[in-house]
Amino acid sequence: MHSTKPSHSKAAVVFTPEMMAQVEHFTKQYPAGKQKSAIIPLLHIVQKKYGWVSVEAQDKVAELLQLQPIEVYEVATFYTMFHLHPVGQYVLEVCRTGPCMIVGAEDICKYLENKLGIKEGEITADGLFTWRTVECLGACGYAPMMQVGDNFHEYLTPEKMDKLIGDWRNK
Amino acid sequence: MPIVTIDDREIEVPDGTTILNAARMIGPDVSPPAMCYYSKLKVSGGKCRTCLVEVSAGSTKDPRPMPKLVASCSTPIMDGMIVKNTTSERVLDARNGVVEYLLMNHPLDCPICDQAGECHLQDLSYEHGLEKTRFEFERRTFEPVDIGEHIKLHMNRCILCYRCVNTADQITDKRVHGVLGRGDHAEISTYIENVVDNDFSGNVIDVCPVGALTDKTFRFKSRVWFTRPMDAHRNCDKCSGRAAVWLFGDEVLRVTGRKDQWGEVEDTPEGNSGFICNTCRYDKKSLADWTVEGPRYIDRHSVISQNHYELEPAEQPKSLK
Amino acid sequence: MPRKLLLEHDKVEGIRHIDTYMKHGGYRSVEKALKKMTPEEVVEEVKKSGLRGRGGAGFPTGMKWSFLAKPEGVPRYLVCNADESEPGTFKDRYLMEYLPHLLIEGMITSSYALGAKVSYIYIRGEYRWIYEILETAIEEARAKGFIGKNILGSGFDFELYMQPGGGAYICGEETALLESLEGKRGNPRMKPPFPAVKGLWGCPTVVNNVETIAAVVPIVNDGGDEYAKIGIGKSTGTKLISACGNIKTPGVFELEMGLPVEEFLNSDEYCGGVAHGKRLKAVVPGGSSVPIVPAGLFYKNIKGEDRLMTYESLADGGFASGTMMGSGGFIVYDEDQCIVRNTWNFTRFYNHESCGQCSPCREGTGWMLKVLDKIEHGKGATMEDIDLLWDIQRRIEGNTICPLGDAAAWPVAAAIRHFREEFEWHVKNPQLAQTKSYGLVGETKYETASA
Ligand SMILES: Cc1cc2nc3c(=O)[nH]c(=O)nc-3n(C[C@H](O)[C@H](O)[C@H](O)COP(=O)(O)O)c2cc1C
Ligand code: SF4
Ligand code: SF4
Ligand code: FES
Ligand code: FES
Repeated sequence: MHSTKPSHSKAAVVFTPEMMAQVEHFTKQYPAGKQKSAIIPLLHIVQKKYGWVSVEAQDKVAELLQLQPIEVYEVATFYTMFHLHPVGQYVLEVCRTGPCMIVGAEDICKYLENKLGIKEGEITADGLFTWRTVECLGACGYAPMMQVGDNFHEYLTPEKMDKLIGDWRNK
Repeated sequence: MPIVTIDDREIEVPDGTTILNAARMIGPDVSPPAMCYYSKLKVSGGKCRTCLVEVSAGSTKDPRPMPKLVASCSTPIMDGMIVKNTTSERVLDARNGVVEYLLMNHPLDCPICDQAGECHLQDLSYEHGLEKTRFEFERRTFEPVDIGEHIKLHMNRCILCYRCVNTADQITDKRVHGVLGRGDHAEISTYIENVVDNDFSGNVIDVCPVGALTDKTFRFKSRVWFTRPMDAHRNCDKCSGRAAVWLFGDEVLRVTGRKDQWGEVEDTPEGNSGFICNTCRYDKKSLADWTVEGPRYIDRHSVISQNHYELEPAEQPKSLK
Repeated sequence: MPRKLLLEHDKVEGIRHIDTYMKHGGYRSVEKALKKMTPEEVVEEVKKSGLRGRGGAGFPTGMKWSFLAKPEGVPRYLVCNADESEPGTFKDRYLMEYLPHLLIEGMITSSYALGAKVSYIYIRGEYRWIYEILETAIEEARAKGFIGKNILGSGFDFELYMQPGGGAYICGEETALLESLEGKRGNPRMKPPFPAVKGLWGCPTVVNNVETIAAVVPIVNDGGDEYAKIGIGKSTGTKLISACGNIKTPGVFELEMGLPVEEFLNSDEYCGGVAHGKRLKAVVPGGSSVPIVPAGLFYKNIKGEDRLMTYESLADGGFASGTMMGSGGFIVYDEDQCIVRNTWNFTRFYNHESCGQCSPCREGTGWMLKVLDKIEHGKGATMEDIDLLWDIQRRIEGNTICPLGDAAAWPVAAAIRHFREEFEWHVKNPQLAQTKSYGLVGETKYETASA
């Protein structure tokens, strides 16, 4: 079954004044009536705040931009950066594409699976981590690599992974 | 007016005509099959690639051949253009490929599909001698879902032609269904429980080339060739009231728009849109609601008229032609 | 010393900031273009330079610019394609990360040439920190009066905005990019109409790669003729290459067009040779979409001439024995690598990234992936499966809306063409295929390997 299943958020989705300022930053940069262009930026804004993008978050984006909700659903489900289901606090996205694969990306995935004790896409019991594979992130020369939030972590080794994960656990 | 040659037949057509429409003006034997293009919609086509043709001369001015096959539904003709449809081996080979790709994940449930007998994919696969694909893996599957009170979506059968999305965009005011996901995970969906509802929303059923969107009010499962389509009309304040009613005895099993030889809902003689409203489609299921004009002429060389189906001889319907 | 036109100052401390950047000659092209040249003169210099698009297709930039429709009263746009997602490619990232002002300077000068009063940089969403670097740089440029109303008293008003993507390789295709910038799914548009006539919001638009736009800066500063002196034939100027895979020193290099590939791969100035003393097996020199070439056809073309880093030389021999410059993503494979596995991996990529609009690409990539999975993972494939795979890719190529279909087909075709014995080995040895890499157990042939 492939169905794109929606996930709902328990809490209400609220755009804080800071978020609204960012919304305005974007809506101002398009010609009048073209605010639809702000869908992707707004989905990033809401994901940054809540960690993922629920149906309610998408509805809120539609409301802010005066669009039909389906217009936002169509976009949110097309782009792979948006998490449409809850995820751990840290989402470790390991590049799996050729150049990374030939220098050890698969070993990094296996290592993560063991270290965190979860399969791809799952959340650790403490709610801290999710890991998944993604396609080329433009760091092929500094491989293997992963993206976590806004940052790239490159030249990954088991030792480096241990350190990163340890630091996140202690935060 | 520019002149174009398609499979060795010449025609003069207005500027800006697409190759496909020029071919249709000549006739069905030179017309490429079109699974996604729909002439009654402002935006459609380009996606299925069944209408690919070879352009062996671009125009009188620039008679070089086009290197790639082109989608005839979206390529405008030029004066002096020479097009090959069925006279091109390349086209037949590519089209064969496209049909195989389209069938690859398509279920083999024609015997239980509402659309059987009026399905364009079924026609296409017969024409191309492809009753099954070389695809030997598990097919993509989805559960059938209701999208609204009257419409059933069998996503398994969908070929992602986008016609229903374009129709909802262009003839209804609020689209609630669309294409979600991408690549071979893309699907037609409302995402959340949502009702496709609008006076004209039922037309998504008529534009669907396969049995992905079907009318739940179709009163009982009946192979389409057991029913008799009749041209009928009624006074309607929402639409033209011109429809095809599908009868079994005196019972109206379902109501659809009147489809022309290309399988598209035809315009009224006055040139207005022939898309019917939901009241006519779903609520007028008594013969008394309609003034019957006479039997509907089915021109498509489809299985409705060709009896491609394996039926018990006793069940063979009389040709509807 | 090879000349550097783009990365000359990449290692200068503080070059990300406008003052340092200007101290090293930054924003001269804006001064020169806006004060001393007409837009047409700028376009003319770009034409003379012979610059070709650095995004992958290599289309002459000056010609593309001159196609831009200029109807009265309709805005025109320049959109910078910073979506960089072609596997093996990370050059734009480097340029933006270290020299953000070079891109911004290029955007201002190019927008002036095109008459675009508003321009956008569409950057892949994952390059979040670069987005911030560029935003800061845009603010600096605005503070110095290079962006805004009446720039340098020239009467040219200009605004530059950033737009993040959401994670989709296909949005690097220029019409998908425009759809995405309009807030839609990244479904490529049918052409015609071309963006030069109907692009962003239906207005005439030029889409150019980051590196292309950056190259406009030295072209305006030194003149198109000067730029065209570098390189060979129709491959002029310098080119950024991002090198990765099994080499000693991966990274981004600026080289003069015409450098022998052997020197690029083996000299310490560039890739430093194959890592760990291994032998070279194959190269994909222009990003995952271009045909893989075995070592034996890489250093020298079929006629025995040295292969050079130019559009023409890399393509020499057509698909039978050549490849393409593509996006400049240079991926090197050593003898331990398995070509079937790599092909499976790339096919998974294209299947994952297909927008799903047209049937040959949507279904064909999925089918190829399943067949490759069967071959690569020893799941009972037969020799007929190799022929089937050939047939599937053959009927995707050329039959789709956008070139992603071709990009998915070519790597499969090239792998079968040059490495058929590896596919056959997998079919014959399913047990081994399940556990071992062909590169480590198979017999790679090195007909004419010169390294
Ligand atoms: C599937 C696909 C992906 C592409 N990705 C990129 C990309 O990431 N960056 C880029 O500059 N061009 C990319 N291109 C090429 C663009 O369509 C376009 O040709 C280019 O941006 C034009 O700029 P240029 O003339 O400066 O090269 C891609 C093309 C295709 C078909
Ligand atoms: S449901 Fe029918 S009309 Fe809609 S995209 Fe699928 S096949 Fe086309
Ligand atoms: S070739 Fe692939 S990516 Fe391009 S339009 Fe067709 S389905 Fe989309
Ligand atoms: S292949 Fe992993 S970052 Fe490019
Ligand atoms: S009818 Fe032309 S591509 Fe579908």
